[in-house]
Amino acid sequence: MKLMPCPLNGSRNIQEFVCGGEVQKLPADNAPNREWADYTFQRENAAGVVREWWMHVPSSYWFIAERDTRTDEILKTYGVEDLT
Amino acid sequence: MLQLLKYGLGLARADRRHLPSETPLKKSYDVVIVGGGGHGLAAAYHLAKDHGIRDVAVIEKGYLGGGNTARNTAIVRANYLTPEGVKFYDASMKLFEGLSSELGINVMYSKRGHLTLAHTDASVRTMRWRAEVNKHMGVSSEVIGAEEIARVAPQMDLSRSARWPVLGALYHPIGSTARHDAVAWGYAREASARGVELHQQTEVTGFDMADGHIKAIETSRGRIECGRVLMAVAGASSLVAKMAEVSLPIRTVPLQACVSQPLKPFLDPIIVSGSLHTYIWQSQRGELVMGGASDPYSLYSTRSTLEWKEGLMAHMLELFPYLSDVRLMRQWAGMTDMTPDFAPIMGKTPVDNLYIDAGWGTWGFKATPACGKFMADTLAYDRPHSTIAPFRLDRFETFNQLGEAGAASVGH
Ligand SMILES: Cc1cc2nc3c(=O)[nH]c(=O)nc-3n(C[C@H](O)[C@H](O)[C@H](O)COP(=O)(O)OP(=O)(O)OC[C@H]3O[C@@H](n4cnc5c(N)ncnc54)[C@H](O)[C@@H]3O)c2cc1C
Repeated sequence: MKLMPCPLNGSRNIQEFVCGGEVQKLPADNAPNREWADYTFQRENAAGVVREWWMHVPSSYWFIAERDTRTDEILKTYGVEDLT
Repeated sequence: MLQLLKYGLGLARADRRHLPSETPLKKSYDVVIVGGGGHGLAAAYHLAKDHGIRDVAVIEKGYLGGGNTARNTAIVRANYLTPEGVKFYDASMKLFEGLSSELGINVMYSKRGHLTLAHTDASVRTMRWRAEVNKHMGVSSEVIGAEEIARVAPQMDLSRSARWPVLGALYHPIGSTARHDAVAWGYAREASARGVELHQQTEVTGFDMADGHIKAIETSRGRIECGRVLMAVAGASSLVAKMAEVSLPIRTVPLQACVSQPLKPFLDPIIVSGSLHTYIWQSQRGELVMGGASDPYSLYSTRSTLEWKEGLMAHMLELFPYLSDVRLMRQWAGMTDMTPDFAPIMGKTPVDNLYIDAGWGTWGFKATPACGKFMADTLAYDRPHSTIAPFRLDRFETFNQLGEAGAASVGH
């Protein structure tokens, strides 16, 4: 069983979580369509350490995880308030 | 008879090497193909054969056909949901029909019939939609009820007391399987017989760019100049495109599969359940080839997990309860290049001499012959072949996606 260290609930089975994808910068409301299309579809899809949104499903708690996509190692998790 | 005897004794068998031995890399090539999977090799073959473009090198970081080409579950079908998709995959099946004689190697193309099961009213509706699109495009496809399902696949638990009773199925009589390795070897051998150079254990590490143009390719064995470049690297698409400053709407997600110990032949058709995330067919060796859902998050790794197998088997046993004592023999995974609309990306890129063949996700083996042929044509004439034009990369900028999820979301 793979564990996810949840900032709210402690270490839990990773099957209790869903991955919400890479952290991205939201375009301005009046940004051109092109920018919104990039935000919606384009992905870094990096091989290395990435920052992602994750949610603990039973508690509906969203947080940030830093994960290495080559080794599947979760390096760090923290609340959204600490997102820089 | 005498011929046969001579052949049997090995007297009339020329010792034919599959591939010529490796040569040093040349300084430059007209066309460099990055990725020696089925797709890259098929494109190389068609460049040489259809267009007389023979100054071609296929650059492969591992060994030929060792990526997803070696890892897929070999299902070939055309019953997709979008007219663009159905037309393309139908063209590919027609090429598969003649592939053994075209390549001079037995690709074991075997028509078994393909059943996609519906367990909810919503999936029955999607299947009716698929059947209508398929028939309109001339592809045999029909929604059938319980009685007919029992005739095509009597091996399944079709009782109403099952947790998810089977309400109907999309039946695709021409659904087939083919031997994936033979497809790659056949293209490799026939491409190299026409002058294409195949370089294994050679990794592309960067592109030397000038004014939106690739001048040269950096590899682990040195630098090569090139005319046109085709990338066909499946799970590594985002990484290779990034070397040319192109970003893609792709996520790399592992897809796992497994086979059981061999059993006596008992299952003819390919059986798929989208709602149960399960598919199964029996190989010529008697092994049950099984797969289902993609991994739940992105990863550049081909590890297998116990969770995935538990999930797959729980559903498999709902359909085939008597398989509970059967042992698994092998398990593996491949890194799939998933697009947001479950349709591939083929054609040109913002870099004027870089062409892309990507976004094949969990369904691109069946596309190998058609993609190779149409991509070769696209490179030769420097414009997208009409059949693949809708699959262009910039469809995401203009919101012209090809929603194929209804027919492509089960991993094959
Ligand atoms: C478990 C599983 C089951 C599947 N089942 C089916 C199925 O039943 N039916 C179906 O139609 N499809 C299926 N697929 C999908 C199918 O396997 C792929 O879409 C298809 O094989 C892609 O072929 P390709 O030649 O593009 O990629 P690959 O065969 O992966 O070839 C890409 C090659 O590029 C090389 N490469 C990567 N980076 C570099 C670099 N920097 N330099 C040089 N070389 C590089 C890799 O080493 C690799 O050999 C399945 C996939 C998986 C993983």
